[in-house]
Amino acid sequence: MEIMNEVKVTINVNGQQVTATVAPEESLLDFLRNRAGATEVKCGCNKGDCGTCTVVLDGQTVKSCLVLAAQADNKQVLTVKGLEKEQLMQDLQVSFANHGAVQCGFCTPGMLVTAKTFLEKNPQPSRQEIREALSGNLCRCTGYQKIVDAVAAVAAGKNDK
Amino acid sequence: METTVVGKGLPKVDALPKAKGKTIYADDFNMPGMLYAKVLRSKYPAAKIISIDTSKAEQLLGVHAVLTAKDVPNNNHRAKFGQSKDVGSQFEGLYRVLAENKVRYVGEPVALVAAESLKIAEKALELIEVKYEPLPGVFDPVEAMKPGAYLVGEEDSNIVSHFKIRKGDVEAAFAAADVIVENTYRVPFVDHAYLEPESGVAWVDENDVVNIRVSTQVIEHFRTVADVLGVPHNKVRVIGTWLGGGFGGKEDITVESFLALLATKTKRPVKLTFTREESLLAHSKRHPFVMKYKTGATKDGRIVAVEAELIADSGAYTYLTPWVLLYATVNAAGPYDIDNVKVDTYAVATNNPFGSANRGFGAIQPNVAYESQIDELARVLGMDPVKIRQINCLRQGGSLATGFTFDRYVAVADVAEKAWQALGPVTESKSKNIKIGRGLAVGMMSYGRLTFLHDTSRSYVKLELDGSAVIRCGVPDLGGGQAQALCQIVSEELGVPQEKIKIYISDTALTPLAGTTTATRQLYMSGNATLKAARAVKERLLQKAALMLDTPIAHLRVGEEQIYSTVSDKKVTLQEVIAQCSADGIELFCEAQFNAPATDVPDSELITGRTHPDFTFGAHAVEIAVDVETGAVDVQKLVICYDVGKAINVLNVEGQLEGGASYCLGYALMEDLIVEEGRLKTPSFSEYLIPTSLDVPDMDVIMLESGAGIGPYGAKGVGEPACNSIAPAILNAIRDAVGVRLTSLPATAEKIVFALQKQE
Repeated sequence: MEIMNEVKVTINVNGQQVTATVAPEESLLDFLRNRAGATEVKCGCNKGDCGTCTVVLDGQTVKSCLVLAAQADNKQVLTVKGLEKEQLMQDLQVSFANHGAVQCGFCTPGMLVTAKTFLEKNPQPSRQEIREALSGNLCRCTGYQKIVDAVAAVAAGKNDK
Repeated sequence: METTVVGKGLPKVDALPKAKGKTIYADDFNMPGMLYAKVLRSKYPAAKIISIDTSKAEQLLGVHAVLTAKDVPNNNHRAKFGQSKDVGSQFEGLYRVLAENKVRYVGEPVALVAAESLKIAEKALELIEVKYEPLPGVFDPVEAMKPGAYLVGEEDSNIVSHFKIRKGDVEAAFAAADVIVENTYRVPFVDHAYLEPESGVAWVDENDVVNIRVSTQVIEHFRTVADVLGVPHNKVRVIGTWLGGGFGGKEDITVESFLALLATKTKRPVKLTFTREESLLAHSKRHPFVMKYKTGATKDGRIVAVEAELIADSGAYTYLTPWVLLYATVNAAGPYDIDNVKVDTYAVATNNPFGSANRGFGAIQPNVAYESQIDELARVLGMDPVKIRQINCLRQGGSLATGFTFDRYVAVADVAEKAWQALGPVTESKSKNIKIGRGLAVGMMSYGRLTFLHDTSRSYVKLELDGSAVIRCGVPDLGGGQAQALCQIVSEELGVPQEKIKIYISDTALTPLAGTTTATRQLYMSGNATLKAARAVKERLLQKAALMLDTPIAHLRVGEEQIYSTVSDKKVTLQEVIAQCSADGIELFCEAQFNAPATDVPDSELITGRTHPDFTFGAHAVEIAVDVETGAVDVQKLVICYDVGKAINVLNVEGQLEGGASYCLGYALMEDLIVEEGRLKTPSFSEYLIPTSLDVPDMDVIMLESGAGIGPYGAKGVGEPACNSIAPAILNAIRDAVGVRLTSLPATAEKIVFALQKQE
């Protein structure tokens, strides 16, 4: 019989404690999607290239496919749904919809998490700074222009188009 | 025609749910007792399968099924692409579910596994023993055309398709021409790189119906899946999810047959999601082309002859190759009215990844060539890039070399001029190593499918008693606002606000079949079907309201949940009219079908007459800065000008135009899917680089709304045409900046540096 290494992990996901026994190599992304039901966190590449799995881990934005679940033990994870309690995230969500920044929407949850933490650090960014901040989140549909528009509008306090 | 809702940039119905993370994409869906599937894929580009031993894999605890070709009831089919018309073997290639006898490409599916967990399924793949005898293979389409070449498939030639166009006398015209430009252009493989990999879940329900919930552009594949299983078509249901992007890559069957076979075998729900590496390896690609062009003109800039030979790498299986090649044939001479044209196109099988649909579908490759050619002609003649295009371009009443005549407004001359002018004053270089250059290119592409497919779409519109509305339409939504456009059409026609409209899409059991979300056809086809259905319901409302208000229909208007008189104060609420209709037994619903214009299937290689319903025209103008020391290209200005006919949702049309330009800015400058001897050298997003937010500049979008389209309200399709001419515009700008003509994509820094060294 094969000897299975396993670790017991407890992660606070959007305010809920989730405990599971996982393989040491299980990623935080798999933990979030398969054990915490957080399917708003997407898997586009599973190796840190695309940014669709971006979440906030104890205040830091991370690509959750590059973090082991075990590394997040006793830590707090906020996904786009957890961050929605904050006005800034709600403003960004509405702005993305109003500016046409959502096409297929697969990059959107990760993009929004990145945009929100960026605006907290830099509330009055230039368009170039917005582009730099979002450059780790790929989008194949929009050409980024409307995403930059949506983030800039929130920064300028103008939520409506 | 005046509209109140159509045209507005309303947020689309799916936008906020997606932004809130509520949308359940294909892989987000789970079922109790669900198994996980994996696909064993060929390691060789060409090899004979000697034996497959699955016994060890079958014995692994937790494995529920291991399937190979012998387990597939019907393993070989003529591929259909959602069309209900049989178009014959010239246009329909082999669809093989699992490899048999020999493998043709690296990544070809050989066996399937379903197990309790992904980990067990992966372990089981390792336990399947396949004995191969490697074969030589052939990897260059030009080599593969030669007699005696290694044969990729079971046919006696590797040539998949050949088409030609003959107009006038090119030999005589070249002899009389003042200038002739000759070049050979090469364009590479492109991956769609949608962020959502291929995925689905299948289960067999209590009525023995195989249900497949899948990310697909074509729910009509249910017919082929049923044929694979050997069951009646009505025993397979495809439920399409909101897609995480498609771009043509989810037009062919991806996971559907595998899931259906495994769910049928195990009687358990099964999930299959490709990894990114698997997606890059195993799904279709945009066809690489080698394009030999000879273009002749008079001193005053009139193009008198074009001769072109286009060779496409079809890869290991045919899929949509003949259709793509037909598009390339029709588009070979571009949107120009030229008296003498000779075109020969070939698609050739190789042991490379298979080519199929990719945004641009055969129109985009020749666009790179013909727009480079005309740019060179302008330079040889010392002529302005707008002027040479205006001298030669198609106009209303003009004809393609196939003989197809445009009886509607053709925007080429106008879009070229507007795009070029919008670049404004030239930016000055800040350093002697930075050279500024400008490029212009125009393009054309059809919207709507090939007319010989006899395309149809159906849509159902219904009013509820409380004044809300329901749309049921089998349209898959790729993210381009396909569903949203239908909501705005119904809102416009029936005066129901968008928040009171619910649309159900993409389900073969519950929504009328609307055809594929491909070929830039959904707004045109399902838009027209929905408009027809809405207008039928509206007509009944107006008839009733005319009686209720004692006012002739001609004086009645529908809007803002009312029907009102334009000549008096009389009005009645929509809800009151609905109540009266309901009481009187008047039908408050309609399912309508829209039929595209139909032609016969071409019966020879010579292509003439109508092949497409209509075309969209556009232009890109760019200003770039080239660093002559590093070869780096910085795109500083990008103008997009298209005649969209009529924007149904201005935000979504801009989104298509911006997204299309970005998609093919990658084609122009960075996307390089490298395949060597049939093996993919760019297996992930670390190697296959697509544009990031820093690679794309702010874009200036100019929309013309001519109303000349044949879609609803005069709309044209823009999804695929949107990416057409950006690549040659970049090549022309590089030529302008540093004086070298690159003839292959992508125009990498390396190529520019080498070309500059050669020039010295």
